[in-house]
Amino acid sequence: MSRILELDSVTMQFGGVVAVNDLSMHVDEGEIVALIGPNGAGKTTAFNCITGVYEPTNGAILYKGNAIIQNHPSGKMKRLYAGLEPDKFSSSKVLNPTPDKITKLGIARTFQNIRLFRSMTVFDNVLTAMHMRMNAGIFSDVFRISHAEEARMREETEVLLRRQSLWELRDELATSLPYGKQRRLEIARALATKPQLLLLDEPAAGMNPQETQELASFIHEIKDEYSLTVLMIEHHMDLVMRISDRIYVLDFGSLIAEGTPKEVQSDQRVIDAYLGVAENV
Amino acid sequence: MDREKRNHFIRLFVAIAAVYGIVLVLEMTLRPTNMLFTVLKKGAIYSLVAVSVNLLNGFTGLFSLGQAGFMLVGAYTYAILTMPVAVKASDRVYRYYDCIVGFDTGVFVGLIAAGLAAALFAFLIGLPVLRLKSDYLAIATLGFAEIIRAVFQWDVLGPLTNGANLLREFKDLSRITFPFTDIPVPQTFFVFTVCGICILLIVLLINSSYGRAFKAIRDDEVAAEAMGINLFVHKELSFVISSFFAGVSGALLAMFQYTVQAQQFRSMLTYEILLIVVIGGIGSISGSCIASFLYIALSEWWLRGLDMGTFLGIHAENIFRSGFRRLVFSVIIMVIVLFFSRGLMGDKELSWARTSAWLRRTFRKREAV
Ligand SMILES: Nc1ncnc2c1ncn2[C@@H]1O[C@H](COP(=O)(O)OP(=O)(O)OP(=O)(O)O)[C@@H](O)[C@H]1O
Ligand SMILES: [Mg+2]
Repeated sequence: MSRILELDSVTMQFGGVVAVNDLSMHVDEGEIVALIGPNGAGKTTAFNCITGVYEPTNGAILYKGNAIIQNHPSGKMKRLYAGLEPDKFSSSKVLNPTPDKITKLGIARTFQNIRLFRSMTVFDNVLTAMHMRMNAGIFSDVFRISHAEEARMREETEVLLRRQSLWELRDELATSLPYGKQRRLEIARALATKPQLLLLDEPAAGMNPQETQELASFIHEIKDEYSLTVLMIEHHMDLVMRISDRIYVLDFGSLIAEGTPKEVQSDQRVIDAYLGVAENV
Repeated sequence: MDREKRNHFIRLFVAIAAVYGIVLVLEMTLRPTNMLFTVLKKGAIYSLVAVSVNLLNGFTGLFSLGQAGFMLVGAYTYAILTMPVAVKASDRVYRYYDCIVGFDTGVFVGLIAAGLAAALFAFLIGLPVLRLKSDYLAIATLGFAEIIRAVFQWDVLGPLTNGANLLREFKDLSRITFPFTDIPVPQTFFVFTVCGICILLIVLLINSSYGRAFKAIRDDEVAAEAMGINLFVHKELSFVISSFFAGVSGALLAMFQYTVQAQQFRSMLTYEILLIVVIGGIGSISGSCIASFLYIALSEWWLRGLDMGTFLGIHAENIFRSGFRRLVFSVIIMVIVLFFSRGLMGDKELSWARTSAWLRRTFRKREAV
């Protein structure tokens, strides 16, 4: 199995707050990996670093072995990367791509506080996410010269929505959907960008137990169907323990444990970290 | 579904054809000095600017205050290009300068060039400004519009812009003829055709994949970016296209007014357009058009009497005198803004179903009373 994502001592500081502290982790192709931790642990911030929303204060992020984000002001390298030419990864080089570039590489995400396109229907939300893969320029698009491509995008949207059982709701305003459906729609929208790595930020938040159950099998299904790798942040421990291959535990920005669900569950530091938020466990 | 869509298009086509037919008939029957034509021409030109502002403000979520500046660029470009060489060489227009433009072009080329010139300016301004958060865009474009107005009156540019003096005798509305003939083009019909085509292009854009990307940016920049939409590229596209049409409408305004002077394109003009967009409904194309015609009709025609001593048959020379019109006009606008806080149309478009539903509702209310 090959590394699809690797974080190398990523640090993200906001003024005095160290939201993510020297975080190193990796995700292999085909895995479902969970990132857990108490509120404010820095999980979402880690996602924002990976997707280019924030520029890490320090550290590097590699996608399929290539550095996509890199910021080493200190010039100190923690580790050497196997199979990487030195100049591709020299300490002087700063990479800071915008989020759309990251998405184009094949990393898609959902948001903790759902961010659907408010004014659009369910259908248009997904259709809009296909725009990125459009080959036609603005002229052939406006004059409908590229209508075959538009038709293809609409077909793909239909397939995705049917797959997510959202087809009946296609003409509804996205924000008028119930919470659980909105989360589903966000996943559908992310899938529309044809990702290889899917980042889910608390996909089960606000879902009832039954919906959470369905979500678990759903994540497994889409993983196989679209040959995805999934990295997810989640508070529902039963969900996390059931579907993830490996788990990383963050507390106050630092990694305190990693391993299989079994290993993590019995880790004393994890139990301590969660004592204050026992209701989540 | 498809049938419904086709019927919709047929109805739309018939309605638009009817409008153009009526304009043509009116132009052949009424006297050309009729106030109605002033309102129709200016209303159509304002519709185009308002829709171009709406593309930017309403559909891409970018707040720009530079529309008057881009109109000015378009107006000057058009006037300078289409002024016949003989006029340029004489000192009827360029009295204090020797015009350096040694050629002239036709109306069509002039209009396109007007749009392109405005688009070029927009492209250059957009490069630094659109990378910033959008609040800066308002300030930067407002500043640009003021600077451009000053620059166009600058003495050094006199051989090109005629300095602070008027430009006239270019191909204005009274001088356009059908190609290869001397038959004059019906003026209002011409303005309607140009504006109609431009607005149609904007509507096509809004309903295209790029248009959806614009709306995504308006709805949520972070989510749009996460869906692979390059914010800068798409904002720049929207800004440049909006400015292109502002340039064309500036050229049309020059044709309508027969003269061009930088003074006509103050920021007041931008605010006027913005007001029209707000009254019509931010995000509604038909709203912008309806509001443009209403606005022009009110300010140029229906309320005229308030300044002239007689209004609706009432003579009151000491109340209805110069300045009173502005007062009434402001009150009307405030009432509209109060009662239609989202504009006349909200973000909806005018449609047959909606109009008939509205008529039915009002009719039923009357019956109940
Ligand atoms: N843009 C920002 N500016 C300043 N501080 C921030 C910013 N984003 C996050 N933080 C801080 O970083 C810390 C980690 O926040 P983050 O949202 O990553 O936590 P989280 O693990 O996702 O928590 P939760 O489970 O509540 O979602 C918090 O203390 C937060 O206040
Ligand atoms: Mg979070």
